[in-house]
Amino acid sequence: MFRIEKVEHRYGDRTVLQDVSVELSERRVAVVGANGSGKSTFARLLNGLVVPTSGTVTVDGLDTRKDGRKVRARVGFVFQDPDLQIVMPTVAEDLAFGLKHRGLSKAEIDQRVEQALEDNGLGDLRDQPAHLLSGGQKQRLAIASVLATAPRYVVFDEPTTMLDLRSKRQISRVIAELEQPVVVVSHDMDLLEGFDRVLVFDEGRLVADGPPDVSIAFYLELMGAC
Amino acid sequence: MLSLYRPGDSVLHRAPAGPKLVVLLVTCLTVFLVDELWFTAVCGTVVLVLWRIALIPYRELGRQLRGLWVVALLLAVFQVWANGWHEAAMTVLRLLALLLLASLVTMTSRTSHIVDALESAARPLALVGMRPGRIAFLIGLTLRFIPLIREKAEEIRAAQRARGVERRPLALLLPLLLKTLTMADAISEALDARGFEST
Amino acid sequence: MKTKDLVYIALFAAIVVALGLFPAIELPFSKVPITAQSLGVMLAGSILGWRRGGLALLVFVLLVAVGFPVLPGGRGGMGIFFLPSGGFVLSWPLAALVVGYLTERLWARYNLAVALVPNLVGGVLVVYAIGLPFMAAVANISLGQAFTIMWAFVPGDVAKCVLAALAAVAVRRTHPLLAPVATTSGPSRSGTR
Repeated sequence: MFRIEKVEHRYGDRTVLQDVSVELSERRVAVVGANGSGKSTFARLLNGLVVPTSGTVTVDGLDTRKDGRKVRARVGFVFQDPDLQIVMPTVAEDLAFGLKHRGLSKAEIDQRVEQALEDNGLGDLRDQPAHLLSGGQKQRLAIASVLATAPRYVVFDEPTTMLDLRSKRQISRVIAELEQPVVVVSHDMDLLEGFDRVLVFDEGRLVADGPPDVSIAFYLELMGAC
Repeated sequence: MLSLYRPGDSVLHRAPAGPKLVVLLVTCLTVFLVDELWFTAVCGTVVLVLWRIALIPYRELGRQLRGLWVVALLLAVFQVWANGWHEAAMTVLRLLALLLLASLVTMTSRTSHIVDALESAARPLALVGMRPGRIAFLIGLTLRFIPLIREKAEEIRAAQRARGVERRPLALLLPLLLKTLTMADAISEALDARGFEST
Repeated sequence: MKTKDLVYIALFAAIVVALGLFPAIELPFSKVPITAQSLGVMLAGSILGWRRGGLALLVFVLLVAVGFPVLPGGRGGMGIFFLPSGGFVLSWPLAALVVGYLTERLWARYNLAVALVPNLVGGVLVVYAIGLPFMAAVANISLGQAFTIMWAFVPGDVAKCVLAALAAVAVRRTHPLLAPVATTSGPSRSGTR
C-alpha cells in the first residue's frame, strides 16, 4: 500500500506538487493530467526516485526517504521511453542487469533470464542488440526486465506514449494481465479500461479522485474536450 | 557492437584469458630485454605455429589492423636505409611477432573472459577506493550508448539538413552533446529505478 | 561516485567511439586525414573534469583491449598497442585527466581563450609526450624522426582544440557538470560532484 501524506515538491523555486495526501491500495490505479500537472513527479515519488521536499511517502510502511533502496526493490518502474530504460547492449544482458543487483547467484540469474525470455515471447531475441528491436519490442523488454526482479508493485509512467497502435494494444494487454497492483500514469484512455480508481492532477494538485467514469469525465471537462 | 573474437574450438580458444594475457605481457618484455635477433626469430616462429593451431586465417589480421602491412613495409625500408639489415630485421620481426601474438589473444578470447580476467587483476585497486567490479558494467553501458548516440546524431543531421545547414562540425557536435547529456540523466534515473545502487 | 557519474563516464567513452565513426576529414592546409576521436579526449576532460574524464578514456582503452573494433576503420584488439602509433591511444586516459584537471583549475574564469589551454596541454602536449617516445621505441627510430612523421597531424590537433573549446564553453553555459572551485581546494573535491 502506498501512503502519501501532505506532500509538497519543488524543483528550485518551481512548485510541481502541493498538498497531496492519498492512500492507494487498489489493484489498478491510474493517474491522468495535462503535461506539467505533476503526475510524472507523483509517479516518481512512489518508488523513491523523487523524495518530496516536505511530507512523507511510505510503501508498506517503508519511508522512501530512509529506505529508498528497499522501496525500489519492491516497486518496479517502467518509463515512457524504453530506449532510456534499457541499459545493457543485448536483450539477455538487460534482463540480467536488475537481477545482478539483487545479490542472486549466477545460476539463479541465468534461470530467471531464461524464464523471462520465455514468459515475454522474447526467446528468439536472446542475443539481439537492443537497438535493433522495434519500439513495441523495446517496451516489452523494458517491462520484462522490471518484472524479472519480481517487484510487488509496478509503476508505469506513460508506457504507451511512444508506441504505435498495435504495440499500444500489446502493452495494454501485458499491463492488464499483471498480477501485481499497478499505478499507471497515462494520457491513453483506452489503456485505463477496467481500472479501479483514477486520480486527476492539475497544476500540482490532486483535483479529482474516484472511479474511472467519474474521474475521466471530470478530466475531459478540465481539458476542455468536447 | 560485435567484438573481434573469432569463435573456434582450438586449444588456444579453450585456454583461460588470464594466462594468455600474462604470456603476452611476459613475451613483450623478454623480446625487448633480450634484444637478440635469433631470439626474436624464434618467438616469431612460435607465434606463427600458434596461429596455425588456432586455425585462424591470416587475412583476419588485416581487418583488425588495417594498414599494418604498409607500416611494416615502410618501417623495413627505412630501417635498412638508416640502420642496416640486422637492425631492420630485428625491428620488423619484433613488431610483427608481438602484433601477431596480441591479435591472436584478442581473436581467441571472448570479451567477457578478458573483462573477467582484467577485473580480477585489478582487484587490488579496491584498496585505493576504486571499484574494479564496475568494469563489466561500464563496458556494457558504453556499448548500449553507442547506437543511441548514432541515432541522435542522425536525427540532428536530418533536422539540420531540412533547415539547410550542411556539414558544420559544431552545429552537429553541440546539439549532440546537449541531447546525449540529457539522455544520460534519464538513463541514470532508470538505473536507480532498477535497483542499481552506486554507493 | 554517484550513478550519474558512472553514466557520464560511459556516455563519453561512447562519444569517443562515435567520433571515430565520422568520416575522416582532410584539412585544407595539411593533407593528412584526421579523425575526430582525440576531440573526444578533450571534450571528456573539459566537460567531465579530471576524474570522470580520465575514467571515460580508460573505459575506451579497455574497450579496445578486450577486443571491440572501436578505433577508426573498425580497428581494435590488443594488437593496436603494439603498433608504432599505439602510444597515442594509450596516452588518452592521462590526456583527458590532464585536460580535466586544468579545466577545473580554470573553471571560475572559463571562456573560449582560457579553454584552449587545457586542450593544448592535455590534448596535444601530453598525447605527443607519450605517443612519440612510444613510437620511437617500437619502430627503433629517434624522437626527431618520430616527430617528422607525426608533425603533419599537429595542425589538425590544434583545430580540434578550438572546436573542443567552443563546445565546452557552450556546454558549460547550459549543462555545467563541474562545480566552481575555490583556488585553494584541490580538484579531487570538485570532480566528483
